[in-house]
Amino acid sequence: MSKEKENKDAKGTGKVEAYNASGYQLTMLEKVIGNARANSLWPLPFATSCCGIEFMATMGSNYDMARFGMERMSFSPRQADLLIVAGTISKKLAPILRQVYDQMAEPKWVLSVGACASSGGIFDTYSVLQGIDRVIPVDVYVPGCPPRPEQILDGVMKIQELTKNESFRRRYSDEYKNLLEKYKLNH
Amino acid sequence: MALTNQQVATALNEAFPGAVLKTEEPYGMLTLEISKEKIKDVITWLKNDETLKIHFLTLLGGMHYPDDKGKELGVVYHFHSLQNNFRLRLKTFFAIGNPHVPTITDLFETANWQERETFDFFGIWFDGHPNMKRILNEDDMDYHPMRKEYQLEDATREDKDDRYFGR
Repeated sequence: MSKEKENKDAKGTGKVEAYNASGYQLTMLEKVIGNARANSLWPLPFATSCCGIEFMATMGSNYDMARFGMERMSFSPRQADLLIVAGTISKKLAPILRQVYDQMAEPKWVLSVGACASSGGIFDTYSVLQGIDRVIPVDVYVPGCPPRPEQILDGVMKIQELTKNESFRRRYSDEYKNLLEKYKLNH
Repeated sequence: MALTNQQVATALNEAFPGAVLKTEEPYGMLTLEISKEKIKDVITWLKNDETLKIHFLTLLGGMHYPDDKGKELGVVYHFHSLQNNFRLRLKTFFAIGNPHVPTITDLFETANWQERETFDFFGIWFDGHPNMKRILNEDDMDYHPMRKEYQLEDATREDKDDRYFGR
């Protein structure tokens, strides 16, 4: 009989904490699912301007977002987990962004890329939405005008951390329900 | 045959005595202020005239001068005669209380969207336009943002205190 071995160094390595023994392995379902989700996010790129160009570089072979299990961009919100909003969102576009978010199935995360998506940026004007968090909840903000691909990757990795560590039934938590209530997205 | 500003101004004044309120030539471009009642007739005449051949509407836009009482709002038309290589600018002003001018969509198809844009941003109604509604801003916007009484900045921002911007 081999001794049970605790995988203590799992944190931060992308591995799941587990007890290994001969013939079986013990771990928590939540951790396994969280890890699986984190490494197979299907992003929906909602790119409207120059941040979208940086995002394209992030997808391309130099920076290669596929390393994080994001080989497949989903251009249908129904099959997407991560909404990447990159660029200026005008007030006319806001209801469409909201609809896209609404169409995504739980669990879903939102990455706001760049100054415009996060705060309106330099476009402090009557026609531009002053940050997408006025219409949809945002998980991670990436600063920059536009951000470097490294920054976008960092934002994506922050999303992965969230994905791994939060409850895999996040949508049942009161905090999450209150959040959706606040945005009037609960239905 | 090259047209001169003088020729066109004279021809227009002969055809419509009293319609031209003001004549200018900023940067050499003939600019005429026409009374609102005559503007449609003048444009029709310009398009149909055998020598001028002004067949192209380059641009149509709105203006707002809040200090000019009684003629706060205006429409500016830029025309181009491609055959004569001659450009012409027409302006017409009217009171903000009655922002109506006749449409020229029956003369120039391209005026359709430009008149809608002018309506969207200045609230100028083009009487007779086939589809007088907003074109660029969201449909439920309740004001005309290019009028000078509205600030350019987003009005819903709470983090901008005028004291920090020297205002």
